[in-house]
Amino acid sequence: MQKKLLLRLAPWFYLVVPVGLLLLFTYLPVANMFSYSFTSWDGLDKQKDWVGLDNYIRIFSDPEIFAVFRVSLYYLAGAFLQLGLALYLATILSFELRAKNFFKGVIFFPYLINGVAIGFVFLYLFQGDGALDLVLRFLGLEFLIQQWLGNPDVVNWSMTGTSVWRYLGFNVVLYLGAIASIQPELFEASELDGANRWHQFRYIILPSIKRITLLTMILAISGSLSVFEIPYIMLMGANGTETFVIATVEKAFQLRKVGLASAMAVVLLIIVLIVTAIQRWLVKDERAELS
Amino acid sequence: MSKTRITGAIAMFSAASFLLAGCAATDEGSTNASGEICEAITVLTNRTDIVDTVFTAEYAPAFAEANGGTEVKFEAITDYEGEVAIRMNTTEYGDVLLIPNSIKPEQYADFFEPLGTVEELSATYRFTQEKAFDGQTYGLAQTGNASGYVVNVRVWNEAGITEPPKTPEEFIAAMKTIQAETDAIPVYTNYKDGWPVTQWEMFRGYVDGAEAANLLASDTSPWDAGKEHYIADSLLFDLVAEGLTEEDPTTTAWEPSKAMIGSGEVATMFLGSWAVTQMQEAAVAAGFSADDIAYWPLPVQKDGKFQTVIGGDYKLGINKNSECKGSALAFIEYFVGDSGYAFSQGGIAPRLDGPTPETLSAFDAVGVEYVELAPAPAGQEGALAAVETASEISLYGPDYRQKLIDIARGAQEGTKESYFKELNEKWAAGVGSAG
Repeated sequence: MQKKLLLRLAPWFYLVVPVGLLLLFTYLPVANMFSYSFTSWDGLDKQKDWVGLDNYIRIFSDPEIFAVFRVSLYYLAGAFLQLGLALYLATILSFELRAKNFFKGVIFFPYLINGVAIGFVFLYLFQGDGALDLVLRFLGLEFLIQQWLGNPDVVNWSMTGTSVWRYLGFNVVLYLGAIASIQPELFEASELDGANRWHQFRYIILPSIKRITLLTMILAISGSLSVFEIPYIMLMGANGTETFVIATVEKAFQLRKVGLASAMAVVLLIIVLIVTAIQRWLVKDERAELS
Repeated sequence: MSKTRITGAIAMFSAASFLLAGCAATDEGSTNASGEICEAITVLTNRTDIVDTVFTAEYAPAFAEANGGTEVKFEAITDYEGEVAIRMNTTEYGDVLLIPNSIKPEQYADFFEPLGTVEELSATYRFTQEKAFDGQTYGLAQTGNASGYVVNVRVWNEAGITEPPKTPEEFIAAMKTIQAETDAIPVYTNYKDGWPVTQWEMFRGYVDGAEAANLLASDTSPWDAGKEHYIADSLLFDLVAEGLTEEDPTTTAWEPSKAMIGSGEVATMFLGSWAVTQMQEAAVAAGFSADDIAYWPLPVQKDGKFQTVIGGDYKLGINKNSECKGSALAFIEYFVGDSGYAFSQGGIAPRLDGPTPETLSAFDAVGVEYVELAPAPAGQEGALAAVETASEISLYGPDYRQKLIDIARGAQEGTKESYFKELNEKWAAGVGSAG
């Protein structure tokens, strides 16, 4: 009897460590954040004053706070461009090609570089008379030269470009994996039937990677809502590049409104959860269709 | 003559330190029974650049020798403000540390050991009221700064300007002359790094005098014409709008900018007097003379006289949870006195009897009035900070002045008037809800 109980409990013993770590480092901090979001805590005071829903009311009634989501639209547009490019490159790389692995490496490499380093590298690239201007001049395209970070109409595209450059490789690898999982017999059979590359892409590859595409799209949306690293390192959110996360950091650490910032983080979390829920719902339908 | 003066100074100095030692001993007895002397203490600092070459190499052995071999371990932190304030949620934040600016006065007692009453300490030290609450001082300044701007005299002279402009209008005219006569950028804002634009808060006290900070806490329109924030921000706005600053402010960088003013590519930077020695070093490194760099008073006069507001740099405080408070206090006394840190940085000595820095020699030539801001009245210590928080205008944060520069250069919508109006409204709302 006792042995049986032990046996039943055994799996839980194995789980104690990972579940404990998960609780300690993921769920406990999140729970804390939820509780801070109902206070006016400054991040330091020994005492946290309960203010109820004040922080949330402020977020939804202050147009300045929600206006920063406009910046996310640039990254969203960039993300779709990135998906198209990634799909194109992944398709090419999945066919026979000389120096295929070299190109895969080149495309994936930026993803491995530390985001801080990327921020600095691009800061120099975009400087007046920096690398970008020199290349444009060399190509005879002087008329395109401008203040890549100083011009408020251009700066967010510069940031988006940097972000696409960084994350493109990751999407390519996702697509490559999805394409590699297609049974090779399908390609062989289609070739025998006289299909060309375009036909193979349109009728074999595209339907098989639908779910990955949907998944990456959702990742792109939640990713563009929570952009932080690149605009923060390059301009600290100045010149109209402030994103929702940068605004949160500024509220927490410059204005020392940790309560309000926690509430903003909770709101962002909920938005991302909603987006994810939509994705789950869509993918469930897809699954029924595919199988 | 000069010899006797020096001996006199030494005699006075040793007498003072003797008195101080007496003070310290009684302090230990009264404020903390556990004023232990330890074998080693930890000191947090923001000077990542000289922590190894000066702090560890010179100050640590000198302190150990004078204090029975107490070892000092320095911990230099790059993002000092951000990191230390978070670390203060634990008890482990060194024995001696610089009090982060974001700590509110009413919170001092939660985190720091009182060093003595303001009254007592102000007999020996300057800036004792800046980190004080309820008459108790919690930190002593490591050095003192004067307000003004750094100039490359060679460039200014080339344009024919040899005297500090007396009004903002004269200043702008001078910058236009420099732009026309030389290849230099008249004023460099260092916008991208953020904190350099916060230095424009130096104008505090130029109109309102010693009570400036206290008046600001209840003023509902600080950006009205004629007030200090109007004068400072209006000057900055006009300089940018007239194209007298760097062309692309978003790609500036602090370290290279030192070499630029050192070599004369830049004529002027609005920074505290602490910057002078760094710029002189940069001038020498660029192959020019340290004499090219001077410090001039801001172009706002009162009763026909130039002024400068002096204030303390970061203040050294003792961690309330430290078990080495005796050694910690001894270290603070050493650092603000014998270490010579303030003098080496071209700063005003934290001790009343400390040496006057050479960096401010130009001030003597034109006759400058020194102003020190008055402490907040009892019970009002946190008032200004509360208004800043409530209005979300952080006067020592970069955001509001970066936006000012963006509007001035046409990168954001608005005019000087519309932005000042917006600032006034936000500030007034902050005064209303915080007061």
